[in-house]
Amino acid sequence: MAMGSREKILEAVKRNQPENTPLPTVPFFEPPFTDSVRKFSEVVQAIGGEVHQVSSYAEINTILKKEFGTKTIFSSAKELAELVQTGLDYKNAHAFADLELAVVEANLAVAENGAVWVTEDLIQERALPFIAQHLALIIPAETIVPTMHEAYGKIGTLDYGFATFIAGPSKTADIEQSLVLGAHGPKSLLVFLIRPL
Amino acid sequence: MHKTIAEHPTLADKFNQDEERVNWHDETLWWVRAKRDKAAHTLPEWEDLRNLASQIKHNVLSNLSEYLIQFEENALKNGIQVHWAADAQEHNAIVKSILQKHGVTQIVKSKSMLTEECHLNDYLQEEGVEVIDTDLGERIVQLAQEPPSHIVLPCIHKKKEEIGELFHLHLGTPAGNADPQFLTEAARLHLREKFLTRKIALTGVNFAVAETGEFVVCTNEGNADMGAHLADVHIACMGIEKLIPLRQHLGVFLRLLTRSATGQPITTYSSHFKKPRPDQEMHIVLVDNGRSRQLGRKDFRNSLKCIRCGACMNTCPVYRRSGGHSYHNAIAGPIGSILAPNLDMKDYADLPFASTLCGSCSNVCPVKIDIHDQLYKWRQVLVKEGHAPAAKKAAMQGMAFTFSHPAFYRMAGKTGKWFMKTTPFMVNNNFNPWYKQRDMPEPPKESFHDWYKKNRKENGHG
Repeated sequence: MAMGSREKILEAVKRNQPENTPLPTVPFFEPPFTDSVRKFSEVVQAIGGEVHQVSSYAEINTILKKEFGTKTIFSSAKELAELVQTGLDYKNAHAFADLELAVVEANLAVAENGAVWVTEDLIQERALPFIAQHLALIIPAETIVPTMHEAYGKIGTLDYGFATFIAGPSKTADIEQSLVLGAHGPKSLLVFLIRPL
Repeated sequence: MHKTIAEHPTLADKFNQDEERVNWHDETLWWVRAKRDKAAHTLPEWEDLRNLASQIKHNVLSNLSEYLIQFEENALKNGIQVHWAADAQEHNAIVKSILQKHGVTQIVKSKSMLTEECHLNDYLQEEGVEVIDTDLGERIVQLAQEPPSHIVLPCIHKKKEEIGELFHLHLGTPAGNADPQFLTEAARLHLREKFLTRKIALTGVNFAVAETGEFVVCTNEGNADMGAHLADVHIACMGIEKLIPLRQHLGVFLRLLTRSATGQPITTYSSHFKKPRPDQEMHIVLVDNGRSRQLGRKDFRNSLKCIRCGACMNTCPVYRRSGGHSYHNAIAGPIGSILAPNLDMKDYADLPFASTLCGSCSNVCPVKIDIHDQLYKWRQVLVKEGHAPAAKKAAMQGMAFTFSHPAFYRMAGKTGKWFMKTTPFMVNNNFNPWYKQRDMPEPPKESFHDWYKKNRKENGHG
């Protein structure tokens, strides 16, 4: 039965589709800014995130310890092992339900919109960056590209099971267009830009 | 005679009874439209991007059968189960069969206008399935037992006090509390419990990539991700027109989508689903439901390029002042008025007439759909097919007679002027739809015809 609909749909589409028009090539668009790191930081702040320029993981450790103290923290980054809560079953996404902070290393980021690209291999569980009450992302400053076109240029046809662009904390404006941070996902977003000294 | 349904003017009348609310609705949406302008103006290549997106979508439409086959092949390789639904009924039945296979009677759902189009919630509820919409705006209208009134801002027609009252009744929040921050927090707790306990999550699809067999879901709240990543089964439902050829094309569409929708540079989450988790089942339902028919209508096929940003609604002077529900269709506003008559010409014959044809919708459309031209063309098709709204038909026949009989035209003009001058109460009353919310103009002292006759003589021409 399902097979019947497949054939029916494909046949109707084929019969009705217009004459072929060629696929345009995506040109290079010059970004209207030169300092991508600066632009990225500005946009992240404008969409509700907080940016810290750091030179090492040790600095990140210090900042997180100060801001989150003894609250439950999870990260797959080896350098942050001493912050991570032990004794929890982190193989199960549901176990993250009470997690206060997730710290995730990201692949690259986009200056024009403050979006940070995270692939599945960098997070223990797909749910992790969504279910935590707060989220911190770590990005080497040199991985910031100006626009989405360059981002996809770098991503290419890479294989992954799941990947996402994250731009700011979870938010909603569904009640009379009043912006509220923390709809279902993290209520705040910390971005650490690593720039070695 | 076909069944009589409430038409746009009647439903708009109802919305217009609360003038204060109409003004607020109008101003709120215009504010969103202004944010769109600001965002668009930050990109010097904005117009190039629109052209590019439109051309990519045209290539998609002209090769859609090939791209569908390519997408299916790659999705299957990725371990996604692919289903095909010819119409809404089949779509709903496929969803039900997956739920039945897993013995599930409760699901969480992320925003999907396609499932609204298919009336999936009603269908599943009748089958004894509890559906919880998880987008905050959608949850609010679901509690109010209403359909969404806007595709991006589902409860834009509701005041916060009304939402506070709904939450008080259904979620036990204190009576009288209408603070958006507080209400959002209450919804967060209420929905988190659902995300953690439901075994099946359903989402819509913003873009599907033929080259890779993946699909992208965009949300600001993260509800699609919370649902899909915590459930054992993820069902994604998409119209067949959502395909794009290459992953790199996402760069073009993601730049346009949210800037056009809300003025944001991108949604908070743009999630790329390529394979199910090792312990998860992932399904995709490819739905036609009239799309292949619209593809065959040369004048209207461009409407299939729509990426559902809602910009045409936010800018439309009619939508802003008549409210989304007056369109009695899952997708309201200008683009909905093109898509709806394709689904049913009789039931939606009124919608292409719910426009001033000012062209603002076409001007903001990120994929350059000729929206107002298509609305104009639908009017002609509908009149030819005998589906024109009765009042419009009578008025147009009257106009056709008047304009083709010069003597009658002059007499009618004189009569009108005489009435407006001597008995203004004959036109300044609520029986005259033109008097509503506007003052009638002063009648001119003489008609153009009389003026022309006189001046042509004075100037010695002719």
